[in-house]
Amino acid sequence: MTRSFFSRNGTRSGYQKQARYSAFDLFRRGLSGAEWPRAWRSRDPKSSYDVVVIGGGVHGLATAYYLAKEHGITDVAVLDKGYIGGGASGRNTAIIRSNYLTPEGVRFYDRSVKLYENLSAELNFNVMFSQRGHLTLAHNDGAVRTMRWRAEVNKLEGIDSEVIGPAEIKNLVPFMDTSEHTRYPILGALYHPPGGIIRHDAVVWGYARGADAHDVHIHPYTEVQGIDVENGRVHGVRTNRGGIATSKVVNCTAGYSSLISGMAGVGMPIGTFPLQAAVTERVKPFLHPVVVSGTLHVYVSQTDRGELVFGASVDPFTSYSTRGSLEFIEGLAGHVLELMPSLSKLRLLRQWAGLCDMTPDYSPIMGVTPVEGFYIDVGWGTWGFKAGPVSGEAMAELVATGKTPKIIAAFDLARFAEGRLVGEKGAAAVGH
Amino acid sequence: MILLPCPHCGPRNASEFRYAGEASTRPDPNATTPEEWRAYLYIKNNPAGWTTEKWFHRTGCRRYFTAERHTVTNEVRETRLPAARLESNS
Ligand SMILES: Cc1cc2nc3c(=O)[nH]c(=O)nc-3n(C[C@H](O)[C@H](O)[C@H](O)COP(=O)(O)OP(=O)(O)OC[C@H]3O[C@@H](n4cnc5c(N)ncnc54)[C@H](O)[C@@H]3O)c2cc1C
Ligand SMILES: [Zn+2]
Repeated sequence: MTRSFFSRNGTRSGYQKQARYSAFDLFRRGLSGAEWPRAWRSRDPKSSYDVVVIGGGVHGLATAYYLAKEHGITDVAVLDKGYIGGGASGRNTAIIRSNYLTPEGVRFYDRSVKLYENLSAELNFNVMFSQRGHLTLAHNDGAVRTMRWRAEVNKLEGIDSEVIGPAEIKNLVPFMDTSEHTRYPILGALYHPPGGIIRHDAVVWGYARGADAHDVHIHPYTEVQGIDVENGRVHGVRTNRGGIATSKVVNCTAGYSSLISGMAGVGMPIGTFPLQAAVTERVKPFLHPVVVSGTLHVYVSQTDRGELVFGASVDPFTSYSTRGSLEFIEGLAGHVLELMPSLSKLRLLRQWAGLCDMTPDYSPIMGVTPVEGFYIDVGWGTWGFKAGPVSGEAMAELVATGKTPKIIAAFDLARFAEGRLVGEKGAAAVGH
Repeated sequence: MILLPCPHCGPRNASEFRYAGEASTRPDPNATTPEEWRAYLYIKNNPAGWTTEKWFHRTGCRRYFTAERHTVTNEVRETRLPAARLESNS
């Protein structure tokens, strides 16, 4: 089985059926040095598809995967202007949780956590979902009240979520400064045991591989430059690799979604803001749960490799630039040390930014648009990675059946014109 | 963006300012439908390129001004007083 995947001139010599990853397979290939088949194929775009998904992040790939798997719609292309997973899906801090504020939000994110819990088995790809618990700190009475409110809404929806006091927090994170002498003393926290972190790239690659196994076409470096709309209907997209005829387009481009919707003539209630993150050198495991502080605008988790991953709030003005700033790192370091003074000797390795499509109500926008055949799954802001599976599942159902699934009905675009906002700021502003 | 030139104070560190959103014209509240009003509130151009926007010099003159900024490079090519302010001053 040492067949080469590429012919000598570098083009594909033929597709080897996807390997089923297993411990035995790993062992066998380790011994024989056999090459792994590529996880998904590269090919030339066809001139038409039943469905074109724009954006090769977790949302676009999950939508394509569930279209093929749950609805048998396999004539699907996923287009990305860059490499697969190069958008926010490859830049986020990978926090997964469902302890939101509104019942609509809680139900929706809970479905996603359930899908994530089973995703490694479903995709035959280890996504390393680590449900290590999630703590949102409260530093003032207002925050404590919101935490209690969230805990009650969560419990009503069957989510494991409770408010705990400083002593219990100290138990979970012994080196956190829970004393009363800090600038913003910690009064309590919302504790959400099923929350955690995941290997975000693996999720993207797993969905791409899963979609490919169902014969979905995945086209990186294929930039959509225009969308053809006639008489209020989608007819196709124009790309740097030629035109593609289609009657159904799904916009899954997060930070770039205003530009794509603009091509179809659909106005969006979205501002694109960079969000930065940073990572330290590796140290022995010492931090178990994810810790978030809205007041201090900071959150921290430790990866399986031992690095500490830090994040904060979005940059203070709109931009399509993904450059980091010194100001961000300075603010971040100060706030981290207020929480955990013992980290002062840790060295930062890198910082980076991704683009976030922020909506006025901190909730996503999913569903139909005034243009027939043009669907959107956007407005994911700083919190949308955790929603990849459930959004993909729901968007696939919408595209396949033409009916908006109940679980996303509240998140339609029309809510802005009709004044039915879904206020999630209390649960989404910093705590991704 | 590191420096932003305030039309009153000259170039200052960008952290002195607060971004106040895209410049847009406020419709007459008495002559608009709720839908038009909400479109004014929520819908953004959000271009990848040159845009006209409002900034507030928070820790300086504490005045609003208009800036033309490129949202991909964050280059600022012009800052000026808002048109309304120019008229009332003249
Ligand atoms: C620093 C940071 C931390 C975050 N932390 C968390 C977190 O802890 N938890 C969480 O749940 N969420 C988090 N998020 C948010 C989350 O990453 C995003 O909401 C989510 O990844 C969006 O996924 P997506 O598939 O919709 O978009 P993306 O992954 O951004 O994919 C969109 C794709 O569209 C492509 N595209 C754009 N324009 C075109 C075009 N014209 N033609 C073709 N393709 C195009 C882009 O190249 C891109 O790959 C974070 C985000 C950032 C930036
Ligand atoms: Zn000034």
